[in-house]
Amino acid sequence: MLIDLKNIIAGYGGAPILKGINLAIEKSDIGVIIGPNGAGKSTCLKAIFGLLEVSSGEVLFNGQEIKNSLPDKLVPMGLSFVPQEKNVFTSLSVHENLEMGAFIREDDISQTIEEIYEMFPPLREKRNQQAGELSGGQRQMVAMGRALMSKPSLLMLDEPSAGLSPRYVLEIFEQIQKVNASGVGILMVEQNAKQALSFASKGFVLANGTNSFTGSGQELLNDKDVAKSFLGG
Amino acid sequence: MSLAVKKALFLYGALFILIIGVGIVMGAPFGVRLMVEALAYSLIALGLNIQWGYGGLFNFGIMGFLMIGGFAVTFVSVPVNMEFWNSDGPFMLLKVIIAAGIGAMFIIGANKLPKIGIKGKAQKTAQIIAWIGAYILYRSQIDPAAEYIEKTSTFVGGLGLPVLLGWAFGGVLAAIIAYIIGKICLGLRTDYLAIATIGVSEIIRALIKNMDWLTRGTLTVSPVPWPVPKPQDFQLMGAETLQSFVFARASFLIIVLIVVLLALFLIQRAYNGAWGRMMRAIRDNHIAAASMGKNVKSRQLEIFIFGSVLIGIGGAILTSFAQIFDPGGYQPINHTFVIWVMVIVGGAGNNFGALFGGVFIYIVWVLSEPVSQALFINLSEVSTNIGWSAIPDIESRSLQMRVFVLGLVITLALRYAPRGLIPETFHQDKDEEITANKS
Amino acid sequence: MNELIFFFNKVIISGMVLGSIYALGAIGITLIFGILRFAHFAHGDMMTMGAFITFLLASAATALGFTAPLPMGFMVLPIAMFIAAFMALGIDKSFYAPLRARGAKPVTLLIASIGVTLMIQGLIRLFFGVKSRTFFASEPKEIYRIDMSFLGATRPITITEPQILMIIVTIIAVVALHFFLTKSKFGKAMRAMADNADLAQVSGINTKLVIRVTWVIAGSLAAMAGTMLALDVTLKPNLAFNIILPIFAAAIVGGLGHAWGAIAGGFLVGFAETMAVFNWAVLLRPFREGLPSWIPNDLSIVPTEYKLTVAFVILVIVLLVRPTGIFKGASS
Repeated sequence: MLIDLKNIIAGYGGAPILKGINLAIEKSDIGVIIGPNGAGKSTCLKAIFGLLEVSSGEVLFNGQEIKNSLPDKLVPMGLSFVPQEKNVFTSLSVHENLEMGAFIREDDISQTIEEIYEMFPPLREKRNQQAGELSGGQRQMVAMGRALMSKPSLLMLDEPSAGLSPRYVLEIFEQIQKVNASGVGILMVEQNAKQALSFASKGFVLANGTNSFTGSGQELLNDKDVAKSFLGG
Repeated sequence: MSLAVKKALFLYGALFILIIGVGIVMGAPFGVRLMVEALAYSLIALGLNIQWGYGGLFNFGIMGFLMIGGFAVTFVSVPVNMEFWNSDGPFMLLKVIIAAGIGAMFIIGANKLPKIGIKGKAQKTAQIIAWIGAYILYRSQIDPAAEYIEKTSTFVGGLGLPVLLGWAFGGVLAAIIAYIIGKICLGLRTDYLAIATIGVSEIIRALIKNMDWLTRGTLTVSPVPWPVPKPQDFQLMGAETLQSFVFARASFLIIVLIVVLLALFLIQRAYNGAWGRMMRAIRDNHIAAASMGKNVKSRQLEIFIFGSVLIGIGGAILTSFAQIFDPGGYQPINHTFVIWVMVIVGGAGNNFGALFGGVFIYIVWVLSEPVSQALFINLSEVSTNIGWSAIPDIESRSLQMRVFVLGLVITLALRYAPRGLIPETFHQDKDEEITANKS
Repeated sequence: MNELIFFFNKVIISGMVLGSIYALGAIGITLIFGILRFAHFAHGDMMTMGAFITFLLASAATALGFTAPLPMGFMVLPIAMFIAAFMALGIDKSFYAPLRARGAKPVTLLIASIGVTLMIQGLIRLFFGVKSRTFFASEPKEIYRIDMSFLGATRPITITEPQILMIIVTIIAVVALHFFLTKSKFGKAMRAMADNADLAQVSGINTKLVIRVTWVIAGSLAAMAGTMLALDVTLKPNLAFNIILPIFAAAIVGGLGHAWGAIAGGFLVGFAETMAVFNWAVLLRPFREGLPSWIPNDLSIVPTEYKLTVAFVILVIVLLVRPTGIFKGASS
C-alpha cells in the first residue's frame, strides 16, 4: 500500500472530527473521497499531512508510520498536497512558485520544471507573471505544478475543481489522470462526485467522521444508497 | 467558595500584609503616600483593563492621557493669572478660536461638497486645500498670540476652581481626545492601533511640552492645589510635622479610595450586565459579533472612551497629589508600560486582577529603587574588595536594573502566566491560544 | 545661490541620511512582520544594541593600536553585524519562539517585544550609563566641503564622512537585499512565506530556518543602521528608541511585509521630515525686496519641536487612505 490509514481519530483539540477512518490506496490508484459538507473530507487529507493532530490510529506511507509528522519531513518522503484555497504564492511568479515546490530538493530542477511546462503549456507562456494575476484554472495548474515539483509518489488534492468553469474542470481531471499514469498515486477530495468517481479506481464515502462505503469508483456510482444520499439521485 | 475566589482572597490578604509591612518599615507618611499613588495607578490600570481586557483594544498611549489629565487639573485648579487676563492675551486667543472655527468650517464644507455635486478628484483637491488653508489660518493667529502671552504673562494660568472639578475635567478632556483618536484609529488592525496610540501620545507630549503659553511647558506649574488640607494646614492647626503628613495624605487617600471604589462598582455592574456580554462577544469574535449587529465600531469607541476617562482621572489625581505638573517628567516606561505590566500580571479581563496588579506592581516598582541601590552598593563593595574598582554612577545605573526587570516580568508573565494572577473568570471563550495552534 | 546650497544641505543631504536610517530599520520591521506577522517594537533598541556592540569593538581595536583610513566604527561594523545577528537569534529563541510554539496571537508577541525592548534598554544603561559617547574621541570626523563658487555661491556643500559612508552602505545593502530576495533560494522562500505561510509549510519549506534567516538579516541590518546613526550623531542609550515611530511609519507607508516598499517609505518619511521643518522663507530671501512685507520670516511647515509628529501624520493619513501602504503590501 502506498498510503494506509487505520482507524484514524483526529481533530482540532476539541471533539474529534475524524472518528475512525480506514482508507488505503496503491501507487496506481486514483482515490476519490466524497461525502456531504462537514463530513471531514478535507480534515482527512490534512491529518495525513500533519496539519492537525491525529490522536489515535495508524498512518502508514509505504508501510512506514508517519503519524503527526510535519510537512518538511513528509515532502522529502514523497507526499505532496494541494490545498483547496490560497494554493499559490500570489506575489511570486509562476516560475518561482514551481521553484518553491522544489525547495527540499538539492539536485537540478530544470528538467522537472520543463516537464511541468510540457504538462501545462499555458504556464510556460506566463512563467514570469505573478501567479495572482492568472485565471482560476491556470492557478490550479500552478498549484498542481508546484506540488509535483518535489517528485512525489502520492499527490493529495483538496477539491481541485472548486470554483472552476466546467471546461477547466474537465481539463484538470484529465491532467490528474495523466499525472497518475506517470506513476503518482492520487488521493483527492471532490464535490463533483459523479465526474470524479467515473475515473476513480477507488472511492470512499465519508459521513459523520467515518467512511461508510468503500469501493471502486464504478461500484459507488452504481450503488443505490450512495447515489441517493450523495450523488443527488 | 471556588478555588479562583480563594486564590484571589489569599492574594489580597498577602497584599494587605505587604502594605502594613511597608508602612511599619518605611514609616507611616511614606506608607500612606505610597497607597495614594498605588490607588491612582490602579484606577489607571482599571481603565486599561476596560480597553484591553474587555475590549481587546490596544492602548499604548496611556502616557498621553495621563498628561491630558494632569494638564486638565492644573488648568482648572491653579489660581487665576491676572497678568494674563489684564493683557491683550484673551483677545488674541479669541482671535485664535475664531480662526480655528473658520478653518473647521472650511474643512467641514469641503467634506460636504458631494451634496452640491462636487465629487471625486475635485472634492479631494478641495479637501486638501481646505486643510492647508485652515492650518495656515490657525498658525497665522496662534504664533503671535503664543509669543505675546509667553512674553507678557508667561502662561494663561488656571481657573482657580475646585480640584475635584479638575479631576472631572481630566476625565472629560480625556474622553474628547479618546473620541477623536477612536474615530480615526479604531477601525485599524490591533498592531496598527498600538503604533497609532504610541504616536498620538508622543504628539500629545510634544504639544503639552511646547505649548508654553498654555501649559508653561518644561518650566512646570506648581503648586497644584489639593482637594483636602495640605500638611502645612494641619501644622497650622497644631499637628506635629510627621502627624500632619499622615493626616493630610490620609484624607487624600480617602478621596482617592472613594473614586476607585465608585469606578470599580460601576464597571462591575456594567460588566456583569448585557453591556459586558456584548463587549466579550466583540472582543472574542469580531465577525460573529458584527453579524449579530453592525455596531461593533461604536461599541469599541464607547469602551475606548470609557477606559480613557478613568486614565485621565488617574492622571489628574497623580498630578494634584504630586503638586506639580511637569510635562518633561513623563516617560513611556513609567507611564505606559508599567501600567501594561500591572494589567498583564494582575489579570487582563478581571477588574479585581487589575486592581491588585495596580497596587502590587506599583509598590514593587517603588520599593525596587532602594532595593536595587542597596544591591548595587553591596556589589560595588564586593568588587572593590576583590581588587576591582567600584561601580561608577551607581545610583543612576541601579535604577536601570528596574527597567530590565520590568521587561523580564512582561516576557515571563506572557510565557508562564498569560492570564495573570487573578485571571478572567469567563474561560469558555478565551481558548483561542489553544485552537490557534493548529488551524 | 547660497540659499539653494543651504536648501541642499538642510533638506537633500539630511533627508538622504535620515531616509537611509529609516529605510534600514524599516526593512527589518517589514521582514519580521512579513514572516512572523507581528509588529516588532524592540527593533529600535536592537539598533541601539548594535551601535553599542560596534562601539565596544571599535574601542577595543583602537586600544590594541589598530588604525584605519576610515572611521574605526565603520571598519568593525561587519563583525558587529555578525554578533548582532546572533543576539537577534538568541532573543527570538528565548522570548518569541516559546510563544509561537504555544500558538500565541501576534498581539501577544507584540507585547513580548515591548518587554524585550525594556530589557535591552535596561541592560544598555546598566552597562554603559546614560551619558552620550562619540566614536570620534581618538580620530577626527572628516567633513567635506564642496566648493560651489563656480555657481556664484560663497557657501560650500557640506557632508561628513559618516554621512557619505551611510548613503553608500545603504545602497549596497538595498542592492544586496534585492538580489537575495529575487535570486537566492532562501530569499524566494522568505517572499513565499511572507505571501502565504501555510502554503510555504505545505510545500516543505523549512519555515523555522526561514525565520532564522529573517532574524539574521533583520538583526544585522539593525546593527548597521544603529551604528551609522551613532557615527552621524552621538551614541546614547535612547539613540533609536525615539525613531522607532518614524521607522514604523516608513514600514507601514511602504506596506508591511514589502521590502522595497520599506525602502521607499524610509526615504519618503525622511524627506518629509526635513522638508517639514525647513524654513522655506530662506529660498525667498533673494527676492525679499520685491515681496510684500506681510510674508513672515519663518515659513517652516511645522516648528522643529514637532518634527516627530510629521512621521505620525503621514502614518495616519496612509492608514486612513490606503491601509495596505502606498505600494501593494503583503499584509492582509
